[in-house]
Amino acid sequence: MSGPWCTFTAGGAVPLADVPDLPLDALRSAVVAAVGTGARLGCWCGDGAGRVVAIMVDDANHRLLAARAVLPERYPSLTPECAQAHLFERELAEQYGTVPEGHPWFKPVRYHHRLTPGPDAWGRPSDQPILPAVTDMFTVVGDEVHEVAVGPVHAGVIEPGHFRFQCHGEHVFHLEIHLGYQHRGIERAALGGPHPRSLLHMETAAGDSSIAHGWAYCQAVEALAGLTVAPPALALRALMLEFERLANHTGDLGALAGDVGFLPTASFNGRIRGDFLNLSAAVCGSRLGRGMLLPGGVRFAIDDERRDGLRRKLDAAGADAVHSGELLFATSSVQARFEGVGVVRGEDAESAGLVGVARRACGVARDARRDHPPGGYDGLIGLPAIASSGDVQARAAVRFAELRESLRLTRELLGRVPAEAPPRAPTPVLRPDHLAVGLIEGWRGPVLHLAMTGADGRFSRYKVVDPSFHNWFGLMLALRDEQISDFPLCNKSFNLSYCGFDL
Amino acid sequence: MIPPILPRLRQGHHTNGFPEQAPPMPDRLRGRPVIDAALCPAGCTVCAKACAVEAISFSAAGKPRIDLGKCVFCPACVEACPEKALRFTDEFRLSTGRREDLMVEDGKVYALGQRLRDEVLRLYGRSLKLRVVSAGGCNGCEVDVNVLGTLAWDLGRFGINYVASPRHADGMLLCGPVSKNMELAVRKTWDAIPEPKMCIAVGACAISGGPYAGHAEQCGGAAAVVPVDLFIPGCPPHPATILDGLLRLIGRIAPQP
Repeated sequence: MSGPWCTFTAGGAVPLADVPDLPLDALRSAVVAAVGTGARLGCWCGDGAGRVVAIMVDDANHRLLAARAVLPERYPSLTPECAQAHLFERELAEQYGTVPEGHPWFKPVRYHHRLTPGPDAWGRPSDQPILPAVTDMFTVVGDEVHEVAVGPVHAGVIEPGHFRFQCHGEHVFHLEIHLGYQHRGIERAALGGPHPRSLLHMETAAGDSSIAHGWAYCQAVEALAGLTVAPPALALRALMLEFERLANHTGDLGALAGDVGFLPTASFNGRIRGDFLNLSAAVCGSRLGRGMLLPGGVRFAIDDERRDGLRRKLDAAGADAVHSGELLFATSSVQARFEGVGVVRGEDAESAGLVGVARRACGVARDARRDHPPGGYDGLIGLPAIASSGDVQARAAVRFAELRESLRLTRELLGRVPAEAPPRAPTPVLRPDHLAVGLIEGWRGPVLHLAMTGADGRFSRYKVVDPSFHNWFGLMLALRDEQISDFPLCNKSFNLSYCGFDL
Repeated sequence: MIPPILPRLRQGHHTNGFPEQAPPMPDRLRGRPVIDAALCPAGCTVCAKACAVEAISFSAAGKPRIDLGKCVFCPACVEACPEKALRFTDEFRLSTGRREDLMVEDGKVYALGQRLRDEVLRLYGRSLKLRVVSAGGCNGCEVDVNVLGTLAWDLGRFGINYVASPRHADGMLLCGPVSKNMELAVRKTWDAIPEPKMCIAVGACAISGGPYAGHAEQCGGAAAVVPVDLFIPGCPPHPATILDGLLRLIGRIAPQP
């Protein structure tokens, strides 16, 4: 299926000269054809120099495909033929002003001025501030139809976003989500990098996925610089990534329990999640894994004594988490509330391009740890956990199965990590005019970082694609024909990142 | 009925004894830094050059000082210092009432946050309701703000709760640098909280913009938009750091001598 594409692997770099520069029509056809054979659109973004770059993630063949095309200011939208492109095309329009004609849902994404000078795709003046969520909202009219607006500030300790429900009584016809409130300019700041703050920005792209984003960044930089990382250091990165997964899956199962009023698991998991976060702190001093990673390696090591301590705490927290999860899934009142709620049909998940937990809950076995191994896990990764019903129950079940699998992985990985801090890699020198992709399976799903260098060996474009970018649309689908009172439950079953989307 | 009750016995009681007992801190925690300026050679700026967030500056005497309002508590300065003049300690108590008190210098006493003035303390000392607003950060501070609500920390036992409306709140707890896209919402939330009220800025972003300081997409922290009564530094702060700050504010922890 390589067709007109340049093929490479995650964590690899290719010279830009090898990335085919196709006519736009040919690129569109190639994307549609690749999606037809089971690849997914990993990225469709501007390169800042008048071209669009397409990255296809071909999980079945363990490879990535890249191609590009010159993009005119207006072009026929790809979305009608390839729904996965819908948000990428909106983002491209917002960042570079190109208009995809015939896009069925053409609205801004993050509500900011474009990255390059020129006219705004929606005709908004460049000298006036852009207000978030000011756009045409989808509305339903008719007797007794009403609209519920929620946010940006939410009722708990939650990131900001605006949700607009079209309802008839409790019944939700449609949910529209507008984000952008957390936008803080991460991609723009990366231009001309790597800068001293670049790693900090990636670690904080989504703060609950610091290791996933930090590792994806390191992977891209290492590929561009031709650095190799020693296997023990990779195993330590993998260990930290699994700690991140354990903490968040535990927290999510607890939050789901809380949303259906099942307090035992809600209470236990709130505490156990902290126990897992403390494991990360025991390795690197930060509960979120900050400061752990560096391009070329890791900052910390785990000697025998620390390993024994970690193993003890891991066994204790793991046993409690499994026990608490088993209680959740053995409780019929919980199951009655999880089953059949927030269903995303498999074909919708596929056409919308959902990824990660939400996709595996629709029966598709994709996991970047297996499909695009980043190193560190060699020989450890089996078949991904899947469920088929696409509902809250399925997303919860996938999380619990992954939690158990992570416990197994961490025990294995603890035997592979370095006992002494590896020597510090030199400051990476990036090859000019190259393209590289980092791809790491975080706890929500695959985190993709696309980095391109210019002739000076600095970032000419840096693109971050958090799994939430693909999956917010899934939440909108899940709410159709649901009760509005089930929104918190559906929302928690996805638990998507606002900041990872907003960047 | 029985299955959910028996696990309660097994999972046990985990609420920690804070503030009477300090929770165990990880040995690698990067808490309050200390500087031994006597070790600094004249004119040396290695630490400041290593700092990605420009948290290190120099006094008139040429001695380094660290602004914890900007510091993201990464190990870069400590690793860079050839004289080992800087180190992080396991001291988690970091909150201050004034922005300038966040400056760590050799020989200076670090002034922790004070309790509310008496007439406000009378109102809120036993019941403080906070509206949490997340405004342009990474959701990391929110993780540790949220953790305080779990049973391990049980914020409610101190009479402190997060509430779902600014009208029910006595103050605002703000995370994030205040993105331009959240500026209006932050102002409206603040205006909707009845007087007397307070603002608590949690994390480097909310204090100074953190790693995003200088970006046109953000305002540079809470104080650019509303008056701030308590600064809790960190990236993110440890839950104990946040709770310590809150409890000092309501007089639940004896003031620093």
